[in-house]
Amino acid sequence: MENEFLDGIVRAFVLLFTFDAELWNIILVSVRVSTTAIFIAILIGLPLGSYLGLKNFKGKKFLTNLLNTFMGFPPVVMGLIIFMLLSRSGPLGSLGLLYSTTAMILAQLLLAIPIIIGTTKAAIESGDPNIKETIISMGSTETQLCWELIKDSKRSIIAGILVAFGQAISEVGAVIIVGGNIRWNTRTFTTAIVLNTRMGEFGMAIALGVILIGITFILNYILTHIQTKRD
Amino acid sequence: MSESGIIKDFIQNNKKSLFLLVIIVTAGLTTTFIILELFRAKNRIILATTTSTNDSGLLDYILPEFIKNTNIEVDVLSVGTGQALEIGQRGDVDVILVHSREREDLFVNNSYGVYRTCVMYNDFIIIGPSTDPAGIMGIDNISTVMNRLKAGGISGNITFYSRGDGSGTHSKELSLWDLINFTPSHSSGWYVETGEGMGTTLTITNQDNENEGYTLVDRGTWLFTKNNLNYLIALSEAIDEILLNPYGVIPINPILHPYVKYEFVLEFIGFLVSQDGQDLINDYTVNGEKLFNASFGSCNETFSCETTEEEISFWSQYNGGYLGGTTSTLNFIYRRFDAL
Repeated sequence: MENEFLDGIVRAFVLLFTFDAELWNIILVSVRVSTTAIFIAILIGLPLGSYLGLKNFKGKKFLTNLLNTFMGFPPVVMGLIIFMLLSRSGPLGSLGLLYSTTAMILAQLLLAIPIIIGTTKAAIESGDPNIKETIISMGSTETQLCWELIKDSKRSIIAGILVAFGQAISEVGAVIIVGGNIRWNTRTFTTAIVLNTRMGEFGMAIALGVILIGITFILNYILTHIQTKRD
Repeated sequence: MSESGIIKDFIQNNKKSLFLLVIIVTAGLTTTFIILELFRAKNRIILATTTSTNDSGLLDYILPEFIKNTNIEVDVLSVGTGQALEIGQRGDVDVILVHSREREDLFVNNSYGVYRTCVMYNDFIIIGPSTDPAGIMGIDNISTVMNRLKAGGISGNITFYSRGDGSGTHSKELSLWDLINFTPSHSSGWYVETGEGMGTTLTITNQDNENEGYTLVDRGTWLFTKNNLNYLIALSEAIDEILLNPYGVIPINPILHPYVKYEFVLEFIGFLVSQDGQDLINDYTVNGEKLFNASFGSCNETFSCETTEEEISFWSQYNGGYLGGTTSTLNFIYRRFDAL
C-alpha cells in the first residue's frame, strides 16, 4: 500500500516532466473548462452579487435563502438536470452539446455562479459603511459606488472566486454525466481518477490526484497570500 | 537591490497594467476556446459501449486504424450496456456496441436501432478466492456451479457480488440464477449488489473481508485486470452456450433521430466487420492472452451470434467485400481443454 502511494507520486512527476501527451491533455481540458466557467461566472456573478449586497428590497431574504441553497447544490443533480436539458430528446437537444466540453463548462458555470454571487454579496455588505457614505457624499453614480465597493472588498471577492475555481476543478459528478469522460476530449483529472480506480490502476489514479492536489495547493497559497497581504 | 526586490518593485509600479494583462489573456483564451469548440471536427461519431471493450484497451487498439483510413473521429463513452441502450434510445449517441442479446433485439424491434450486427464474442467465467469455499473449481456444468454457489451462500461460506446495475453482465448473471430456478435477494445477506461497473465490482470482490467473495466476469475484463486482483483466481470455466458473451453493434435509427451521423456509422460498422477490423480484434492480446474473438460471418454455430447471408451481402459493399471468417470459432471455447 505504501509503495502504491510512493509509486504514484514518482509517476506523477515522471509523467509531468516527460510531457506525457495524455496527461497534459487531461490537464489542459481540466484547466480550460474550469477557467472558462469561472470567467463567465465572474461576468454574471459579480454584478448580481453587488446589486444584492447594495440594495434592499422586498423578497431579499427569500432570494438570499434561495442563493444559499444553490451554493450547496449537489453537483451530481446539476449534472443530471443539464443532461436532461442537453440530451437529444431534451428541450435543448438540437444544439448537440451533450458530451462536449461546452456542456461541462455549463455545469461548472451554474455551480460557480451562486458561490460568486454569494461571496460578492457578503463582501459588499460587510464593507465599511463610512466608505459608502463618503462615496455617496462625493456625488458618485451608483455604478461608480458599486465599483468602489468592489475595489474596497476585492480580497474577499478574489477569495470567493478562487474557492469557486477550486470546487469547479475538483468536481466529478456533474462533469462525468454531461461530459462522458471521453479520452482526448472531455476527460478531466477527476473523471480520469474515477476511470483509473475502476480499472484497478491505482498508481495512475494517485499520480493524477497528486497533480490535482498540487494545483489546489498553489491556488490556496495564492489565496492565503492575498488574504494576509497588507496594502 | 536584490533581484526579487526588482521584481517586487516592477509589480508594484505596474499593478494596473499587469492586472489588465491577466484579464485580457484570460478573456482571449476563453474566447479562443469557445471558438475552437464551435469549429470542432464535425466528422466525428459518438460510440456508447461497455466498459469491457473500452477499459480493456481493445478500442484504443483498433480505432486508430479506422481514424487513419476514414478521417472519422470516434468519441467513446464507456458505460454499462443498460446505460448505452438508454442513451442510444434518447439519440445522444450515434452507434452502440453492447452485449446483452435479448435487450439488443428488443432495442431493434422497437426501432430505436436499425439492425444488430455480430462483431465478436468472448465468454463469462466465475472468479473467487483461491481457497474456493464454495467448491466450484474445475466444474464443467454451470448448473452445478450455480447450485454450489447458492449452497455456499446459504451456509454462510461465501459472498456473491452482483453488478446490480442493469449491465449486460448483470442480466447474464440473473439468467444463470434462473437456470437453477433461484431468485437471489440482498436480504439473504450473502448476495450483494454493488451497483458499479465491472472494474469496481472486481475490486470490491477482491477486498471481501473474509476473503470469500465470488463474482461473474467477462473474460476480457478479467484478463485485463487480474494482475491488480491478488486474492482472486478464475474458478469455473464451465462450457455452456449460456456463458458465451456475444457483442453486437447497432446504429441508432436516423429517422427517429435526424442528428445521428448514419453515413459515418455505416463506415464504422463496415470497418468493424471488415477483414482488417476482424483481424485487429483477433490480434489484440493482453499479457499474451486473447481477449475477444472476431465473429462476423463465422459463428453460425454459436449461441446468439449468427450472421445471415443478407447481412454478409449488405456489409460486403462497405467492408471491401469481406464475407466473414471461415474457421470454426468454437475452437476457442474448447481450446483450453486441448491440453487435457
